[in-house]
Amino acid sequence: MLDDFFTRALVAGVGLALVTGPLGCFVVWRRMAYFGDTMAHSALLGVALSFMLSLNVTLGVFAVAALVAGALIVLQRQATLSTDALLGILSHSTLAVGLVLVGFLTTVRIDLMGFLFGDILAVSVADIAVIYAGGAAILAVIAFAWRPLLASTVSPELAEAEGLRPEAARIVLMILMASVIAIAMKLVGVLLITSLLIIPAATARRLSATPEMMAGIAALLGAVAVIGGLYGSLTWDTASGPSIVVMALVVFALSLLVPVGYLFGRKAHHG
Amino acid sequence: MDARSPKETLISLENVAVRRGARALVSGIGFSIARGEIVTLIGPNGSGKSTTAKVVTGVIKPTSGEVTRRAGLKIGYVPQKLTIDWTLPLTVKRLMTLTGHFSASEIAAALEAVGARHLIDAAVQELSGGEFQRVLFARAMIRKPDLMVLDEPVQGVDFSGELALYELIRKIRDTTNCGILMISHDLHVVMAETDTVICLNGHVCCRGTPETVKSSPEYQQLLGDRGARALAFYQHHHDHEHHADGSVHVHEHSHEISHEGHSKGHSHKGLGHA
Repeated sequence: MLDDFFTRALVAGVGLALVTGPLGCFVVWRRMAYFGDTMAHSALLGVALSFMLSLNVTLGVFAVAALVAGALIVLQRQATLSTDALLGILSHSTLAVGLVLVGFLTTVRIDLMGFLFGDILAVSVADIAVIYAGGAAILAVIAFAWRPLLASTVSPELAEAEGLRPEAARIVLMILMASVIAIAMKLVGVLLITSLLIIPAATARRLSATPEMMAGIAALLGAVAVIGGLYGSLTWDTASGPSIVVMALVVFALSLLVPVGYLFGRKAHHG
Repeated sequence: MDARSPKETLISLENVAVRRGARALVSGIGFSIARGEIVTLIGPNGSGKSTTAKVVTGVIKPTSGEVTRRAGLKIGYVPQKLTIDWTLPLTVKRLMTLTGHFSASEIAAALEAVGARHLIDAAVQELSGGEFQRVLFARAMIRKPDLMVLDEPVQGVDFSGELALYELIRKIRDTTNCGILMISHDLHVVMAETDTVICLNGHVCCRGTPETVKSSPEYQQLLGDRGARALAFYQHHHDHEHHADGSVHVHEHSHEISHEGHSKGHSHKGLGHA
């Protein structure tokens, strides 16, 4: 079954969407979209460093993304520049440094476009194994830490006062983001990863009454975007990664037709 | 009330100071809260009320001084300001189990106790200020805490709603026998059931029963003559009715709130935010 490149792309993409849906909900709830973008941009730096030091690329990307997240936490404590400005600095400088370093790589020729926009049609069976093993681990951590993650999203103070540890939850979330970026980069590329985190989650909002429901629906909608996007790219011979994002956008636009509060809540019951 | 004795100390602070850089937010803070006791912190803007409450909840670690908690102390917390972003879908029912698991009947009972059972399926973003505050009380109560910390619990609630919430706090204390630390949202109405009022201004300025604090020279100096004259106490009488929608109808003739305090309430509001 996995002999066909298109089937492999579908399996890999759906596997990734099942993870980015729930994780993306936290990105939306905690307003971490720009933060996610920054971590994703740093992935290219991770790729360049991995080649220079002959490391596993997935591990290298994970390490650099996690370091950038850590650097941001440290810089935020200094409380000099706003988080927004800090993210702007980190986001673009890591991307630029990554691009410059790639230029220095003379021994290996790397497919820059592939890393920037992904090449989901080139995934191997080994890549699929990494996506499913890594994805299962990420989902397991989310499920295990769900209560502290959610409570500290609603109010860190409240979580702390009632014995949950919001700071630990925040670090766990950053490690999960770095992991998902590391496994997603090959599929959709560093420039488009955050769209798979944010668009399905944002689409799920109007269709959900509870956080758990939103996480589940986001996973399903992400899978729909992957399947629709891949078939679209096959039909019209368009780039596969961007086609998936376009499909996610189409689903999001359709969700706007559902009025706020139409499905759930008091207004739904009393008109 | 018999259940209130013997008084078991839940938490005590001794000579607590919190510094941020060179600035002392609070210093020399000492008090304790016993089971069934209501302690109210009052003081002007920036006097360290919220900082002190956060030391009690453990959100802030004191720079110096001792905080002694009874082993296994369970805290229920009603934060000063909780805005839940629209992006997070949350029903009242789901909010109730935010920090722990509770059965459907426990949730229904806790909401019933605050007169908010009919809101169980509502989205939290749809609630009015008073409704949301009641739900937050229920959420803190459901854990059966030993100590409830209420940071400006009646903020953003109109006058009759405020009385209803004080009534509710009294009821919570009487039925669960927990200790309550409350930060008063403005200085004019302090619950009469308060056992100890602590007036803060970076340090403990004065303390005592509501009556003694009201007449103490430190309090009058801190808040000015006008503030001192306006201090009133909400005394509990069965002078109002609860309605299913959470509103309360006060019978005008029988309540003993100083009208001076009420009418001046808004002009002084700025003083109450720490």
